[in-house]
Amino acid sequence: MNLLSVRGVSKRFGGLKAVEDVSFDVSQGAIKGLIGPNGAGKTTLFNLITGFLRPDRGSIVFNGADVQGLAPHQIAARGMVRTFQQIRLFPKMTALENIMVGCHLHSRGGFLAGLLNLPFTWKEERRIRERAWETLEFLGCSGLADEEATRLAYGQQRVVELGRAIACKPRILLLDEPAAGLNIRETAEVGTLIGRIRDRGVTVLLVEHDMSLIMDISDEIVVLNYGQKIAEDAPLAIQRDGEVIRVYLGEGDA
Amino acid sequence: MRGRYLPVAAFAGLIVAIQMATHFTGSGYHLTQLTMSAYYSLLAIGLCLLVGYAGQISIGHAGFFAIGGYITALLTTHDLSSHQGLALGWLAKVGVLSSRTGLYGGHLLTLHPWTACLVAIVATVGVAYAIGGPVLKLKGHYLAMATLGFGTIVYRIVLGSALVGGADGLSEVPPFVLLPGLEVSSQASLRVQNYYLAWGLVIGGMMLLLNLIHSRTGRALSAIHGAEDAADAMGIPTARYKLNTFVLSAAYAGLAGVLLTHFNGGIGPSEASIMKSVRYVAIVAIGGMANLWGALLMSLLLNYLSLRGYFGTYDDAVFGGILILIMLFAPEGLLRRQLFGELRNLFSRNVAEEAP
Amino acid sequence: MGLNSDLFFQYVVAGITYGTIYAVVAIGFNIIYNATGIINFAQGEFVMLGGMTAVTLSRFLPLPVAILGAVAVTTVIGAVIEILFIRWLRGPSVLRMIIITIGVSILVREVALHVWGESIRALPYFTGTSVTSIKMGNVYISPQVLWVVGISAVAVVALSAFFNYTMLGRQMRACAANRDAARLCGISAKNMVTLSFMLSAGIGALGGCIVSPITYVQYDSGTPLAIKGFTVAILGGLGNSAAAVGAGMILGILESFSIWVLPAAYKEVISISLLLLILFIRPSGIFGSAEASRLKEF
Repeated sequence: MNLLSVRGVSKRFGGLKAVEDVSFDVSQGAIKGLIGPNGAGKTTLFNLITGFLRPDRGSIVFNGADVQGLAPHQIAARGMVRTFQQIRLFPKMTALENIMVGCHLHSRGGFLAGLLNLPFTWKEERRIRERAWETLEFLGCSGLADEEATRLAYGQQRVVELGRAIACKPRILLLDEPAAGLNIRETAEVGTLIGRIRDRGVTVLLVEHDMSLIMDISDEIVVLNYGQKIAEDAPLAIQRDGEVIRVYLGEGDA
Repeated sequence: MRGRYLPVAAFAGLIVAIQMATHFTGSGYHLTQLTMSAYYSLLAIGLCLLVGYAGQISIGHAGFFAIGGYITALLTTHDLSSHQGLALGWLAKVGVLSSRTGLYGGHLLTLHPWTACLVAIVATVGVAYAIGGPVLKLKGHYLAMATLGFGTIVYRIVLGSALVGGADGLSEVPPFVLLPGLEVSSQASLRVQNYYLAWGLVIGGMMLLLNLIHSRTGRALSAIHGAEDAADAMGIPTARYKLNTFVLSAAYAGLAGVLLTHFNGGIGPSEASIMKSVRYVAIVAIGGMANLWGALLMSLLLNYLSLRGYFGTYDDAVFGGILILIMLFAPEGLLRRQLFGELRNLFSRNVAEEAP
Repeated sequence: MGLNSDLFFQYVVAGITYGTIYAVVAIGFNIIYNATGIINFAQGEFVMLGGMTAVTLSRFLPLPVAILGAVAVTTVIGAVIEILFIRWLRGPSVLRMIIITIGVSILVREVALHVWGESIRALPYFTGTSVTSIKMGNVYISPQVLWVVGISAVAVVALSAFFNYTMLGRQMRACAANRDAARLCGISAKNMVTLSFMLSAGIGALGGCIVSPITYVQYDSGTPLAIKGFTVAILGGLGNSAAAVGAGMILGILESFSIWVLPAAYKEVISISLLLLILFIRPSGIFGSAEASRLKEF
């Protein structure tokens, strides 16, 4: 069953064709990788899928419904949650509070309830706090709960951002270079974490430059170059694909 | 959660203490400026929510204050006696009119302050909703300029319209009778009541805002301030939340305008000037941006000093200077939370050393 | 009320005159914006300072010298402001910069108030008097209008030549385009910023001098000018000084003709409404690209 279907999606900026006629599916429960050289359009594609940019053409179907043109928060509410290439944790909030924001979607206290401190919010806040704790424990970093999020070590920040995303109880998680800037050990830990997330029933689409990570955990990989899809296959086949090799390594000397 | 309201009790105590002090030193006349300070503080805490917590700059908030004040002034001073017709009769029947003798003995028929207040607040909120949507899509300099532009438009309109008195503004605004014997006015005999009424309102408004910032919504606002895209990605409807915050802060400003106008018995175009808007931002900035208590205390102090004339002709310069100094040297404000944290650490370390 | 051709022409001339000044203020905004990414809210005060200083100097100096003196003084003040308030900030946030320049604008205005009081000043007409007029074709315009447009045109051309053909100007453009790369080439970014403030102040002051016989100056005439100058800068696309000239004309003429429909007291409402309209619909201006401006970090 395809949870996410991208069909003929295109986007240009003036004369630049950032994404051109890209189509692929992500089946439920899979981990799908998205790779390509710098400037291939991977982040733009993410922005298009998650509502931060509007596609010029094409359709994006998530969980059976058209989502292109929806606002990012609406798409998140439907169960498609993303992370960012550069860490965007909320400064001046602790790691726990950052994850509590992730629980925003599944609670309802609004402005009026907040102003008047209505009783139903008391239990809700307790529940949110507990869920955030559980998430931290799942991530294995409950010790960081009360640290200001932006003061954490880089690797820890990446993990907390991941935790914030899964606190949204997503059906699909779009990870934009979750291992960027991490060392070998931290990258392996992220890989294990993503596997555990998938085991909880979350589908994953991830962009990564770290080949070992993405080849290791992906069920299938899509390759972009200059905004176009040039390959979509299992990792081993991708590694042997002539076009992919040419794109990454250049033409060999004749 | 109890801890949240402790400072409220402490502040209430401070308010009472100040009043007692003026009582025993026979300087009750200070209460007038302190009461005016209270109404300006109502605006300040609303602005603090918008600028400090939601992170949206507004250098045109005096515009909302003026909309509230001018509408109530206009509706309670515009004589309807010469009008005729069904509408008037209906208004009279519904009970929203009030008649009284004017300054020169004539008979005045105007809208009742309650009605005028309601219309003024609704108008303020309406304007905020109308412009808030497009304005809040802007960021940084563009947002600042747009709010500056809004404030200037309001100023120009009230300054240039004969209907609201042009450069002279409106005067002879009647007191706002809340209950028999309790009215908002600067009558000397009601000084103490007005003082407690004003500060009571501020404390109430403060409690609402404290509740908000400690709630799920308050957390969402901080998230929007911290990283708006990420907040969107977490499912927070950032545009709607920013708009609601904007409207809420505008409502606080409008209400402050209404009540201060009745207290002073009038309003002039200077209340809509950009200098006033800048002053309000300066107060929020020095109070610590995202610090409601800071904004409240600074507003109490600075407005009182300004109203009593301590800054003389350098009034505007003082606020401009404060703004620059704070932004240059202490952008987190003087009463920032870290400061309290640092002080607390200082004390707890000393206590620990004393333990046997 | 009918609009005969004479009245029409008067409106156009007035529009061009004011439009030129708005364009000059806008160019001042653009110079600093291009060099630093900051919007200098105190830009209007440079114009005011130029006019007021020139009036004071003209009491004991011949007019041309007084104007040059005023421009020089204001240029120095621009440098002082930059050094005092901007230079040593480390990575300030946009909000902080906005508030600082607003604060500077207030301080300058207050100092002006205490130095010159509330009185309205004006330089004498450069040639002739307020009632002299030159016949061009079959219409009459004041020679001051020719001075305004003429001197502004010379200034804009000179600036353009500076940026395109002199080493210093090219260095500034390099800094604006890519600060770090420019530094690697040995260009001192800090000095470029100071220079941009000086240029901005100078051209603003010049504008203030040439237009003061017609519009008069007062200690608080800076802020409305800043708002209009900003409107023009945005209309033409922030950073685009060539477009600012055209945009200035548009705003000037629009404002001028607005008297036909609205009472004069609301003239400023027109320009601000235009500003808001642009900001809401197309903040990149009529010549900028919508995508490019959205990608700009703010």
